[in-house]
Amino acid sequence: MNVIEIKGLTKIYKTSEVIVKAVNGIDINFEEGEFTAIVGPSGSGKTTFLNMLGGLDKPTSGKVIISGIDVWKLSSRQLIDFRMNNIGFVFQSYNLIPVLTAGENVEFIMHLQGKPKKEREKRTKDLLEAVGIGNRINARPSKLSGGQQQRVAVARALASKPEFILADEPTANLDSKATNSLLELMSQMNKKYNTTFIFATHDQRVMDKAHRIVTIEDGKILSDEYFERD
Amino acid sequence: MLLSISWRNIWRNKVRSMVIILSVAMGIFAGVLATAFFKGMADQRIQKVINTEISYIQIHKAGFEETNDITDYIPNAAELLKSINNIDGVAGVSKRIVIQSMAASAETASGVLISGINPEQEKSVTSISNKIVDGAYFKGIKRNPAVIGKKLAEKLNLRIRSKFVITVQDLQNNITSGAFRVAGIYSTDNNMFDEANVFVRYSDLQKLTNFPVGGAHEIAINISNKEELPAITQAVKKVAGDKMSVKIWKELRPEMNYLTEAMDLYMYIFIVIILLALLFGIINTMLMVVMERTKEIGMLMAIGMNKAKIFSMIVLESVMLSLTGGIVGIVIGAITSKYGETHPIDLSAWAQGYQQLGYDAFVYTQLDPSMLVDITLLVILTGVIAAIYPAYKALRNDPADALRIE
Repeated sequence: MNVIEIKGLTKIYKTSEVIVKAVNGIDINFEEGEFTAIVGPSGSGKTTFLNMLGGLDKPTSGKVIISGIDVWKLSSRQLIDFRMNNIGFVFQSYNLIPVLTAGENVEFIMHLQGKPKKEREKRTKDLLEAVGIGNRINARPSKLSGGQQQRVAVARALASKPEFILADEPTANLDSKATNSLLELMSQMNKKYNTTFIFATHDQRVMDKAHRIVTIEDGKILSDEYFERD
Repeated sequence: MLLSISWRNIWRNKVRSMVIILSVAMGIFAGVLATAFFKGMADQRIQKVINTEISYIQIHKAGFEETNDITDYIPNAAELLKSINNIDGVAGVSKRIVIQSMAASAETASGVLISGINPEQEKSVTSISNKIVDGAYFKGIKRNPAVIGKKLAEKLNLRIRSKFVITVQDLQNNITSGAFRVAGIYSTDNNMFDEANVFVRYSDLQKLTNFPVGGAHEIAINISNKEELPAITQAVKKVAGDKMSVKIWKELRPEMNYLTEAMDLYMYIFIVIILLALLFGIINTMLMVVMERTKEIGMLMAIGMNKAKIFSMIVLESVMLSLTGGIVGIVIGAITSKYGETHPIDLSAWAQGYQQLGYDAFVYTQLDPSMLVDITLLVILTGVIAAIYPAYKALRNDPADALRIE
């Protein structure tokens, strides 16, 4: 079943001197439970594509249909609510709220969703244990390693029970041990919750774990391959 | 959670936040203290006017205040005085014959208001008896003693036991004169009052002007608790009847009431000016906060924090920043003002100028709790206003652009 349908997605940046087609008419679908890597060299349009997919960057043309909803037809207010309830984000530089503890960072999105306190607390505890840092629930991000911070970010992305998680270069700032451990974790989460993961990356280790690799170059899909993994 | 985030955000840059908190605290402290100082000054002036010049309530025959006609007197003043004395809360009553007259010494003359009083009754209403700086309060002179102000004594070149002549119109419209001797010289802090008011015994002035015994132009009433003034005034009006004019100090000396109102207004203007100056500092700080956190705000928008919540978070930060400083300033200001209620501020170096206008050289501050509430609300308002532009800037951020910032 398709979770995401993308039709003719295009993003053109215009300056006074040049016109850049960052994403040039991409058509692609993503199914529930996929573990997909969008790869390509720097400037190929991966991040722009991911931002349009995540409702952050408005396409010049084309459609992003998530669970039957044409995302870019929503009002800006509806779009924010849609992102909150349907999309999880994991960023390259973790982007946790520095003044909140690991637990509060995970709880925060459920607070925005208006979930009751008991439910928030239980899910926060469960998620942090699931990502392997249940014992650091009260630590602020500054007291956590990069790998631990990214685990909190994954737990936060999962907290809102999203349809899919978009991860933009999630391993770029991590050493190989932390990268392997994080990828293992995301793979487990993918299997455990059947959550769709879509990565933008040029990290070979991420590609080695991905079930599907979509290669983008100059804003177009160059290849779309599926792999059997354990 | 928003409250908690906002509060913690303030302390991300402790030095910057402390600078703005201390600025607000200093400004508000100055505002509270200045308010208490000027309120104390005005209240002291008013209390002094009440205590030495007019008392809380006065009764006249209707029309007397306009004409000052000697024949417009209260005929049954003595009985009225007794009835008023029985009203709960009345601390003292005094009847007076009040006539515009001329006081002349061997050297010169001056127009004065002569008040014929019962010295003992008057003690319970005004504090002239406590203001004697030379001689004694109606003592030491057997015949026609007078108590005059220091300024008048200087003007007429009079000393204790000096003789001077008072010329008045009697009840039959005849001009009559009487010789009085200075028994005491008083000095209030109001030179104008001291120059224009002479006190003699009721009986002496009554004889001089053929005034009916028991009558008076004026009945002055003192009360023990100023909070009870409206109730006592009603009771006095009831006893005095319709033909009498009963007025409280605010009506007798409207300028005194204006003084309080004007002082309050000036104080609000003063506080608003302080807050306006602080406003720009807070805006500057909040702009820095928002610009430093562009990426974080972009992330919050990306994960689903709506604009209203982001706006609220920034406003809350600004309000908390202002309010923390405001509360520190209010507390220190209130403690200092409270201390000043029992330990006066010494302005004796400039006493002459102040006393010319009727103000004390020692000012007891007067803390007005309602003013503190108003200041707190104004500080909150300042915090909200200071946050509007920075919050607007934050909301204009595009989350995708913000997240690209390294």
